[in-house]
Parts: sequence; C-alpha cells; structure tokens
Amino acid sequence: MPTFVYMTRCDGCGHCVDICPSDIMHIDKTYRRAVNIEPNMCWECYSCVKACPQNAIDDRGYADFAPLGHSVRVRREEEKGTISWRIKFRNGTQKDFVSPITTKPWGSAIPTVADLPPPTAEDVESQHLLYEPEALNVEDGLPERDPSTFKQGVYY
Amino acid sequence: MARIKTVFEDCDILVVGGGMGGTGAAYEARHWGRDLKIVVAEKANIDRSGAVAQGLYAINCYMGMQWDENTPEDHVRYARNDLMGMVREDLAYDMARHVDSTVHKFDEWGLPMMRDPDTDRYLREGKWQIMIHGESYKPIVAEAAKKSADKIYNRIMVTHLLMDETKANRVAGAVGFNVRTGNFHIFRAKAVIVGAGGASHIFKPRSVGEGMGRTWYAPWSSASAYALPIQAGAKMTQMENRIVLCRFKDGYGPVGAYFLHLKTYTQNAYGDNYETTWYDQTKQLVGDYIDHHPTPTCLRNHAFVEEMKAGRGPIHMVTTEAFQDPHKETVGWENFLGMTVGQAVVWASQDIDPKYTNPELTTSEPYVMGSHATCSGAWASGPEDVSPPEYQWGYNRMMTVEGLFGAGDALGGTAHAFSSGSFTEGRLAAKAACQYVRDHKNENFRVSAKQYEDLRKSVYKPMEHYEVHRNEIVAGTVSPNYILPIHGLQRLEKIMDEYAGGISNNYMTNEPLLLRGLHLLGTLHEDLEKIGAEDLHQLQRAWELKHRAIASECVVQHTLFRQETRWPGYYYRGDHMSLDDDNWHCLTVSRRDPESGEWTLEKAPLYHIVD
Ligand SMILES: Cc1cc2nc3c(=O)[nH]c(=O)nc-3n(C[C@H](O)[C@H](O)[C@H](O)COP(=O)(O)OP(=O)(O)OC[C@H]3O[C@@H](n4cnc5c(N)ncnc54)[C@H](O)[C@@H]3O)c2cc1C
Ligand code: SF4
Ligand code: SF4
Repeated sequence: MPTFVYMTRCDGCGHCVDICPSDIMHIDKTYRRAVNIEPNMCWECYSCVKACPQNAIDDRGYADFAPLGHSVRVRREEEKGTISWRIKFRNGTQKDFVSPITTKPWGSAIPTVADLPPPTAEDVESQHLLYEPEALNVEDGLPERDPSTFKQGVYY
Repeated sequence: MARIKTVFEDCDILVVGGGMGGTGAAYEARHWGRDLKIVVAEKANIDRSGAVAQGLYAINCYMGMQWDENTPEDHVRYARNDLMGMVREDLAYDMARHVDSTVHKFDEWGLPMMRDPDTDRYLREGKWQIMIHGESYKPIVAEAAKKSADKIYNRIMVTHLLMDETKANRVAGAVGFNVRTGNFHIFRAKAVIVGAGGASHIFKPRSVGEGMGRTWYAPWSSASAYALPIQAGAKMTQMENRIVLCRFKDGYGPVGAYFLHLKTYTQNAYGDNYETTWYDQTKQLVGDYIDHHPTPTCLRNHAFVEEMKAGRGPIHMVTTEAFQDPHKETVGWENFLGMTVGQAVVWASQDIDPKYTNPELTTSEPYVMGSHATCSGAWASGPEDVSPPEYQWGYNRMMTVEGLFGAGDALGGTAHAFSSGSFTEGRLAAKAACQYVRDHKNENFRVSAKQYEDLRKSVYKPMEHYEVHRNEIVAGTVSPNYILPIHGLQRLEKIMDEYAGGISNNYMTNEPLLLRGLHLLGTLHEDLEKIGAEDLHQLQRAWELKHRAIASECVVQHTLFRQETRWPGYYYRGDHMSLDDDNWHCLTVSRRDPESGEWTLEKAPLYHIVD
C-alpha cells in the first residue's frame, strides 16, 4: 500500500491527515493512529512522510509493479533549509542526495501585499501587474503588439 | 444529515482551488483590490495541494527577456508549433510577456534557482525551462496567498457555482462541503476565479490495481475546473486535445531534463533510432508539420506508438552514457525526488540503476488539462490590447459567463504555461476580476434560498441514498440500488478508454465508437444519480467522479465534432486519419445548455497575432 504507518512510532498527532492532498490519511478509530485508507488513490507524493514528526510513515512501492525490499526515505528540515533522501535498492545499493528547499529563512521574504503602496489610477488602467514593469528587468517595459497586424487562418 | 450546519461567507472575489493559478490569483487580487474581500476555497490543504504537491525540478516557462533569451513572440511560435498550429495566441502572448516578473519574485521569495556558473544566469534545462530545487515550490507560493487573502478555507470540495438571479448568465458564488465536518458552505461572491486544475482518471490508466494512483497528473486532479464552468453554461474550447505523455515506465517520471540537460536519447529494443523510421508515414498523415522544429510532442509520441505496434519494443532511454558523469547522475535522481518520487521507488524496487541499465519508457493514458503540451479548457476573453474582437469581451481571462474567470488548466488555448504561466494567469485573472467587481459595485446580486437549498439536497444525496439502501444487503459492496464512487470511476474510465481513444485501442476512435461512448456516458450519468457514499470521504469521491463524468462528455462531444486527426500520437479518428487544414484549421468551441443538457458545437476562427 503506497504509504503505510508503523504502529509503534505513530502517536496520532494528525499532521499527515491535515496535509494529504488526496484525503486518504485518516486516524483509525480503534488504534487512534493514522492509516492510509485508500492506497490506490495515493500518488506517493510524500507530503505526509515529510510532515510526520515521528518518522512513522514509510512507503512501499505499488504492488502492481514494485517488488518488495526497497526503500526511499526522506527528511525535510525547514530550519536548515534542506531535504535529504536515502534510496535503497532491492539489491542493497544505496544512494543519498541532499538539496536546498529555500534560500531565505523560511517564509521571511514573502511580502504582505496589503502593506505595499496602493496602485495608482494609471497602474489600474495599464496592462501592468504588481511590481511591473520593474520586475521584468527590461528597459523597454512590458511588450506590446499592434492589432492591425493580426491575421486569420493558416499561413505561418 | 441533520447535524450538518450551513456556513455563509460573503465576499467580493472567490478563488476556487489554491493551486498554482489560485495562489497567483489570491496574491495579486490583494494589490488591485485593497478594499475587496478575497476568499479561497480549496479541497485539500493549499500548502501541498494540486499538481505541484511534491514539488517541481524545473520552471518550464520563463522567457529570460532580461538576457535576450526569448521573447513572448517566440513563446507563441513555440506553443503553436507544438500544438500543430493552434493555440489562443493572444492569451499565450499575454501570459508570456508577464511570466518573467512572476519568476523573478519566486527567486526573491526564496525558491532555490540553479544558476549557470559561467554566466550567473538561471541555468537552462532547454530553451524554455530553468532548473530549480523546487521541493518547496508549493508551500512558498501558498505562503504568498495566505499573506494576501482575507480567508483561506482548506478542505472545501466545491461542487457547483451559484448563479445570479437578477441577471442571466452571471455568476454569484459557489457552494461546496467541508470534507472533515460535513458542513455546507455557501460562498456569495461578485466574481469567481476557477483554478481547480486539470483531469486525471478520465481514461483507464495503465496500472489498475494499487498503482492506479500513480497517474502522471495527480489523482486529485478531478476535472472540477471544467465541470464547474460547464454546469454553469460556459463555453469550452479544444476539449478534444487530450494529452498523452511519453514517460519512464510505471512511475511516469519526467523526461524533460533527461532529454534536454542530460542529453540522453531513445532507441528501440534492438538499439535503433526509430523516429526516422516513421518519417514518411507521418508525413502522409500531417504533411509539413513533421518538418517543424522542434518536432511536435504528439508526433514524437506517434513514432513511439507505431514502433511499439510494429513489435520492436520496449523503447529505452539511453542513460548509461550520461550517468557515468556523477553530476549528471545526481541531476537525474534529484529530478525525480523533486517532482515524481514514485519513479525513484520503481527503479529502487526493480534494481534499475540508470548508470548500468537503460530504463524503459512508455506512453501514458490520456489526460485532459490546459497548461502543458495541450490546451483544453474554458473559452476566455483575452486582454484588450492584444486580442482580436472575436476573442475579447471586456475582461481579461473572463469566461463566457459574466464574472467567472479562470487560470491555469481551467483555461483553454494556453498551452505551455506550466507552473509559472499558471500562476501568472491567476495574477492576470485577479487584476481583471478586481476591475469587474469595481465596475459592478452598485449592483445587487441575488441568490435565493431556493437556489442553494436545491443544491444542498443534491450535494448530500449520495450519503442519504446510501443510508436508505445499505440495510437491504447483508454486507459488502454489491447493491442493486447504488454504485460506489470507485465503481462509477472504473466504468467511466472503461468507456473513455474503449470508445474515446484510450490505451487499449492505441488511442484510436471513430464516429460510431464515439456515439456509442456517448450513449454509455448517458446511462452512467443516470447511475450517478444513484451513487452511494458511505462517509464524507466517499462524498468527495462521488463529486469528483461527477465532475470527471461531465468533463468526459465534453471531451467526447469535441472529439466527435473535429473530423480530422490533428494530433496523431494523442488520438486518432480512424474515419478521418489525416490532418485537414482546409476545414479544421480552427478552434472548436462547445456549450452545454444547463437546462436541457444539449450540446452545441461551433468553429471559432484562429487568429495569428505573431508571424
Ligand atoms: C508530474 C508533473 C510534472 C510537472 N513538471 C513541471 C515542470 O517541471 N515545470 C513546470 O513549470 N510545470 C510542471 N508541471 C505542470 C504544473 O504543475 C501545472 O501546469 C500547474 O500546476 C497547473 O496549475 P493549476 O492551478 O491549473 O492546477 P493545480 O496546481 O493542480 O491546482 C488546482 C487546485 O485546485 C484544487 N481543487 C481541485 N478541484 C477542486 C474543487 N472541486 N474544489 C476546491 N478545490 C479544488 C486542487 O486541490 C488544487 O489545489 C508538472 C505537473 C506534473 C503533474
Ligand atoms: S503525522 Fe505521523 S505521528 Fe502524526 S498521525 Fe500521522 S503518522 Fe502518526
Ligand atoms: S504520499 Fe501523498 S497521496 Fe499518499 S498518503 Fe501521503 S500525502 Fe497522501
């Protein structure tokens, strides 16, 4: 079943339930721990795996085509701004990878748009979007076309 | 269902779906609508929802105008060529001229961009793509939306749009239910921006057991972006233009970086380059289009499909040369870990180390979406300064229903927008929607209690129907009076697969098959009135299925209408095997009458705004 939860590690906190885009991580009423209720609607997106504080969730490739004995583990660390992966093949080969997930302290560089100067009447009339034309980094401003050149049909 | 509460939310702009398009819309709307109330309704959690939930390893649409790399005109030529001559050039141009400003902000917000060590420019994967470490792409854009919107409702499955009762053909909000509490949510809004993504699980997937969730597009891409406007009577375009992807087998791991950056290449089982083998045959079908550069995506698929049919599969990606370089090996693996982890799982489980083994490729089941090498979606107005009159009715990105806007996969004609372009389209739609709200601020919108009470009954009917009939049987899933969502989904996929050009027929269909498919879809629609849902989770699945079924009907209507094979490799009309520019160099536009359910189809002119 794509993702599954280890009984001894899960404490039922519900982070995985909260994040799963497929709504398939649910808390089991008897065991009070998480369970993937619909493995055939799991994308192996690892959102739940990354969100679990107890590292209680693992993945076992889809039974349709994935022989047993492999693993792909992940640790996502917002404070460090990194994500680390460990891939283990069925034959024991192991590969490790680490990538950055952000270049700024988490979320700090994202603006609160309401605090920016409001648009002028001219901005409203123009084709410009927020921060344009400056954010395009071009001297000639936002590109335009002359409608009298438009043609209909097959010709290019 | 007595415990269910009704929750009202009145706002100016409602964004349905907080994916790439929806987050772009929420972010930008705050700027142009300082005093407006902006609300997002999302069926999952915007931190990890939509097609970018697991991240992306590339931004596939970036002009690089600051370094004179590409112009918006180049983008139009590229998208048009890839789609065999047809896109909405005005919409494509408009997105392309703004997309760089979007990407520069992503960089500023902390999205890790790779850079070329020699030039310090963004590292190009190909002419259009730039490479990123995008595991957190979605949480980053979600943060921008959260800082802008007045309120974000997670876990609201939107089922229907609300229509204004003072003016015909005008939207007035939407309704849906909370997947956790079951509460019924009524959003009354002056403008609605639909960013609800594309559609997987329309056609039967290659893996039908536990692996059915490992589709190329996410299993939660449930066609709502099409069903919501269709139900409201909005016109749709190019819905026949479904896409088939050539990807690594079983995991559907992406091939872009492999072809473009790692310079790996394909060959058949006997080590031959098969694409040239099919040149003459393809030329007979499509004429000069096969000589265009780059070769259109569908035509490359076509050669693949023909080679497999000829019995020279499997087709392999030759990775063993490139992967001797440790840097390239790292890129190859990180590319999956950053956007399709499932492919790494497949290779680990099957002991496929691409350094020593050339992995297999496959062509996927078809998908319906509008931001990749395909352009299905709603028929929308273009910007006033670059759109011909037939493409322009007042507000940029507004559909043919007043006040109803769209972005990303929702909109038709805008191929190759991808993540950055979808976010940009959300921004464009938001600016126009703010203007629309200001222009109509003194008008009253009316939604009667009858309208939402009727919808409420319909929304919860699957649970009530199940409760009534469940006790007729001892246990199990077989009832003479209801089908469960999974049953209906598998029926839909089988119909579309066998009659509308899925994998079982090597993407082949014709008029008799399509007509039979329509008939079977008709009875499926009747059965969907008797769908049973055991709990709220299944209620979500029931509505996702209903949305998929409506979109599928639209796909079949369009496929029937276009009497040619425009995109061999995506699908074939066996009764019209050639491309026919004399009669079909045009866009197809459909409308379903919300009262009668009757479809009308028409041709719309194709304008070239770029030579
Ligand atoms: C495997 C893969 C690889 C890709 N690679 C790249 C790449 O390398 N570079 C690139 O630029 N692009 C890439 N893309 C494309 C990119 O992801 C899409 O173009 C983009 O996400 C489309 O944006 P959207 O807003 O239309 O849809 P999405 O981002 O999918 O958002 C749709 C949102 O609507 C919500 N929703 C759906 N239905 C409802 C409903 N009924 N009620 C409420 N909410 C609803 C969903 O939960 C979701 O949040 C890739 C996509 C995939 C799947
Ligand atoms: S996040 Fe982890 S610990 Fe919390 S419920 Fe889910 S599996 Fe259990
Ligand atoms: S991997 Fe993704 S789809 Fe599967 S259970 Fe986890 S969050 Fe849900």
